[in-house]
Amino acid sequence: MAAMPRLSSLFLATCATLLTVALLVSALAAAAEYPPVVRGQVLAFPADEGSHPQYRIEWWYVTGWLQDESGQSRGFQVTFFRNRPGLDEGNPSQFAARQLLFAHAAISDPAVGRLLHDERVARAGFGLAEATAGSTDVVLEDWSLRQDGQTYHVNIPGKDFQLALDLVATQLPLLQGDAGFSQKGPDQGSASHYYSQPQMAVSGRISAGGREFAVQGTAWFDHEWSSTLLDDAAQGWDWLGINLIDGGALMAFRMRDAEGHAHWAAASTRRGSGAAAVTSAYRPEQIEWLPERQWRSPRTGIEYPVEWRLRVGDTWYQVRPLFDDQESDSRRSTGTIYWEGAVELLDATGAVAGRGYLELTGYGTRLRM
Amino acid sequence: MSSANAQLFAALVTGPLRHAAGRTLLAVVVIALGVALGLGVTLVNRSAASEVSLAARSLFGLSDLVVQGTNAGFDEALFPVLARLPEVALANPVVDVQVRVVGRQTALSAMGIDFFRAARMQPSIGVEAPRTNLSPLAADSVFLSPAAARDLGLEEGDQLTVQVGLEPVSFHVAGILPAAAYRQRAMVLDIGTAQWRLGQLGKLQRVELRLRSGTSTEAVQRRIAAMLPPGVSVTTPGAETDEALRLTRAYRSNLTALALVALFTGAFLVHSTQSLAVIRRRREFALLKAMGVSAREQIASTLAGGAIVGGAGALCGVGLGILIADLGLNAFGADLGAGYFRGIAPALKVDWLDAGVFFLLGTAAAIAGTLRPAIAAARVPAALALKAGDLEDPAVRGNTIAGLALWGFAGVLLLLPAVDGLPLAGYSAIALVLIGAVFLMPAVTRLLLRLLPSVRSVPLQIATAHLRGTARQATTSLSAILVSFSLMVAMAVMVTSFRTSLDQWLEKILPADLYLRAGFTSETAFLDANDVTALAALPEVERVDANRFAQLAVTGLKTPLGLIARPITEQNAGRMLWIESTATNVALPDAQPVWISEAAADLLSLRSGAVFTGSIGERAVQFSVRGVYRDYERQNGGVVIDHDAYVRLTGDLRTNAAWLWLKPGADVDHLVNSIHERLPGLAEFDVRRPGEIRAITLRVFDRTFAVTYLLEIIAVGIGLAGIAASTSAQVIARRAELGVLRHVGLLRRQVGFMLAAEGGLLGAVGVLAGLVIGSVVSLILIYVVNRQSFHWSMDVYFPWVLLMAFSVSLVAAAALTAVWSGRLSLRDDIIRAVKEDW
Repeated sequence: MAAMPRLSSLFLATCATLLTVALLVSALAAAAEYPPVVRGQVLAFPADEGSHPQYRIEWWYVTGWLQDESGQSRGFQVTFFRNRPGLDEGNPSQFAARQLLFAHAAISDPAVGRLLHDERVARAGFGLAEATAGSTDVVLEDWSLRQDGQTYHVNIPGKDFQLALDLVATQLPLLQGDAGFSQKGPDQGSASHYYSQPQMAVSGRISAGGREFAVQGTAWFDHEWSSTLLDDAAQGWDWLGINLIDGGALMAFRMRDAEGHAHWAAASTRRGSGAAAVTSAYRPEQIEWLPERQWRSPRTGIEYPVEWRLRVGDTWYQVRPLFDDQESDSRRSTGTIYWEGAVELLDATGAVAGRGYLELTGYGTRLRM
Repeated sequence: MSSANAQLFAALVTGPLRHAAGRTLLAVVVIALGVALGLGVTLVNRSAASEVSLAARSLFGLSDLVVQGTNAGFDEALFPVLARLPEVALANPVVDVQVRVVGRQTALSAMGIDFFRAARMQPSIGVEAPRTNLSPLAADSVFLSPAAARDLGLEEGDQLTVQVGLEPVSFHVAGILPAAAYRQRAMVLDIGTAQWRLGQLGKLQRVELRLRSGTSTEAVQRRIAAMLPPGVSVTTPGAETDEALRLTRAYRSNLTALALVALFTGAFLVHSTQSLAVIRRRREFALLKAMGVSAREQIASTLAGGAIVGGAGALCGVGLGILIADLGLNAFGADLGAGYFRGIAPALKVDWLDAGVFFLLGTAAAIAGTLRPAIAAARVPAALALKAGDLEDPAVRGNTIAGLALWGFAGVLLLLPAVDGLPLAGYSAIALVLIGAVFLMPAVTRLLLRLLPSVRSVPLQIATAHLRGTARQATTSLSAILVSFSLMVAMAVMVTSFRTSLDQWLEKILPADLYLRAGFTSETAFLDANDVTALAALPEVERVDANRFAQLAVTGLKTPLGLIARPITEQNAGRMLWIESTATNVALPDAQPVWISEAAADLLSLRSGAVFTGSIGERAVQFSVRGVYRDYERQNGGVVIDHDAYVRLTGDLRTNAAWLWLKPGADVDHLVNSIHERLPGLAEFDVRRPGEIRAITLRVFDRTFAVTYLLEIIAVGIGLAGIAASTSAQVIARRAELGVLRHVGLLRRQVGFMLAAEGGLLGAVGVLAGLVIGSVVSLILIYVVNRQSFHWSMDVYFPWVLLMAFSVSLVAAAALTAVWSGRLSLRDDIIRAVKEDW
């Protein structure tokens, strides 16, 4: 096997060059005409639920807690990304990589003790992979997320698991930040258009480990698009989306710099429901993320703060994972390793106040978008 | 066996070997050469075959089915249809064209792939396109296979310019692929880029499919086959690999057959030397028998001698064979110079099973050659043999009826078709002709010797008398001469016929004054209609014929036929093609007239006047075969169609080659030297005179047949050695007689003359028979083996001068060895030689 070291070093050399070229290409790509994200742009539904192909990046993101008939809880996560690389857009070929689509899905099953996950990646085209404008309709080969009025159909035939879920919106969309303008850093240039659909009612079937379950649950839906998301200082982010037991919703995130300090943060809450719902947005100084407990991944050696104390306004919460090992390796699609898992939110008395998902990125290497 | 017996046995086995060290060495060398050639050719074939398989496998990755059309490609709309089939887990679309590298005489496979899909079909590519790294998608990025990088001398970061039409298109080498990715000389780029920049918009050459587990590949294949447009077919990667190998199998098996012939000749030579040794040692055997050595022990000892000779020879042969294979691969390439496997560079893979088989074959050949002499030796009646008397020849017994029967059977075999593309019946017929000739040899020898005129010279009279008296014994050595010389003649006639036919064919098919060639089939380099007009407008040029090379798919054929579009009519076809047969009927009005090559006629089982359907691009067209022509260029079959008709059918105005007819008195040299200056757009195109093309082609031919020439030289060597061995054995056996002749007053010179005459006469008889049998074998090679292997005919040409030279040197060699052996045996003591006999 004398050829192995040579082969692998060749491969490494290839990778190194690829990275160098990637930097050049992203410098060139910046020259493509991406629309800026501007404050005051009014989001319109359902039109804005569809794809915004002019923007550089966009995602549709569904997480939630599911209970099967025996009462067993599992978390699930489905994300569809769209990316406009801005390369040679004059290429008339139907195969030209004008839009790239990535998808990632996972099931958090405490009985398994780690994530079951799978991913897809493709260039848009030929109807085989498309993100359609006008309403949520993203297809990536056999994976899809499709809107049908107030219902969203999720169909994920993965390698080790399958998801076939219907999500029904029970509330109006929650516009994040300033009426859907979500600032991601001290500079207004780093921002996205961002709305959420909390408290979605989920029903459907999942199969994992060769068994199939009928499930019910509650999901959180995010849709976000941007051309300039991360500023140069951002190393990664911590994000949390919780469906509160009382029907409310809590979203919080912070952007971390290279030292691990928050250099931007934001949060929003919705109390009550229907027309009486009150939505509050919080400024960076009103939010505090305090790591309580670290967990080190045996696979990657990366250390993640999986338990937190979190202050939003005057309220302190505790964040506790469904289980520790919810690290997600999606280097083959989105190119990152991160922690993304089902968590419970405890109030000051220690009672469960809500359930949702926590996302911890940039703990290994800097997150690139 | 007691230890004394064992010692005796060992002495019995090794004694004769040592006693006749020269002949033993010769037998060892002959067996070694046979084994070495057989093993060498087999190893090269095996290395090439495994490289072809690996290359095909690296091309198709983990796919279960491959949908592909001609190299013109098919509509990309088929891709989503295939990708959506419920049984299909993954569809991987590929643009695969040959591009010409600017500034080089080489072409390169350009593979346009979707990195996202290909990475799943073919994880070994090692290039992924995650969203953080988009470089592979950039419109100027290409990756080179290690073979291409090595060949072009390019590294990462270098510039690579290829030609599309007349335009140079530049790329940046973004990386070298891992060795496991593609074994071909290939550049890999994004499929969108490939369609755009290589002029393939809307086209795909291939879609590889991976099926969901649990689906039946055959069922899906049938289902897909039913929905494909004309000219597009679905196969399995295995079938593709087999096809790649099939194309070269005839060539490879013919080489193997030639090598085995060397081994066969070797066995025959062992047989003849052993037979003669048995005659010589007859009294020794009788004495041993009288001493109580059993017949079985005697057979065992003779066979053991053969096994030692065979084993030693085979062992040397294995080593030599590996060396030959290594040298052959390095010097001539995987196809030993034939040009079948362009773009792959296999390393030698020594298969020890092959080595073992050839070792056993070599040993077995030697033992088989010893078997009859051994039995004959054991049968020697002790009392009779101890006395002086006639030496009974134990070896070849003539059997005229058996010989004629074998020839009759050979004649029947010649009528049989090829078995699975291989001319097995033809080879069997050759073997039968040779064996039959050996059986007939005694009768023929007697006949020829009877025809010898009477002469006055005493030594000559003795020589003819001796030959007449020992005709049967002479046949043993004659058979060896016959077998080796006839094979030598056959190969010489075959190669000469092929080369002369090729030369004459080239003269015929190159009628124009100048040829301008842009590229081969499927290359992206071509001339457009304006370039052709510009060429025609040159003052020296009277007329330009545009040639377009494309492909024609016919249902049932795995490989598309080569399609050549050029101006041609039924009236002038005979002036530019070597027509073998012409249609006598009138073409149907709705069938397109075409001329098909002999290979195409064989593949499609069509004759002149027949009608068939094929597809050009995705259009099915009915064709009428107006004639069958000889084609040494396209072994997979060619079809010639009128250029205007082709343009009408396809709208394709591109041109791969232009034939220029010059005005009378035009200055050809000036035109050749200035054409690139006057039409700078054509700078990358070859301009050649017909003479140059002929010279190049014949050079390629000679390179292809370098191995054949080598085998032929070795056959000549073995033949000469055989004659030397058998003549000297005979002379040595006649020491006593020679002694007596000297005693009765013959001068040393006269004995030498007598021996020379005997050897020469014997050689001449063998050479005469060899010429006849060799010619018959060469006709079988030309009309049966070659026709069935390569599907082309050739005319027979006898290399008279060469054959005369061979014949004279063989006769001379026989005469000289006879004299030399006679000198050796009479050198020391005539008295003893005479005494020994009484």
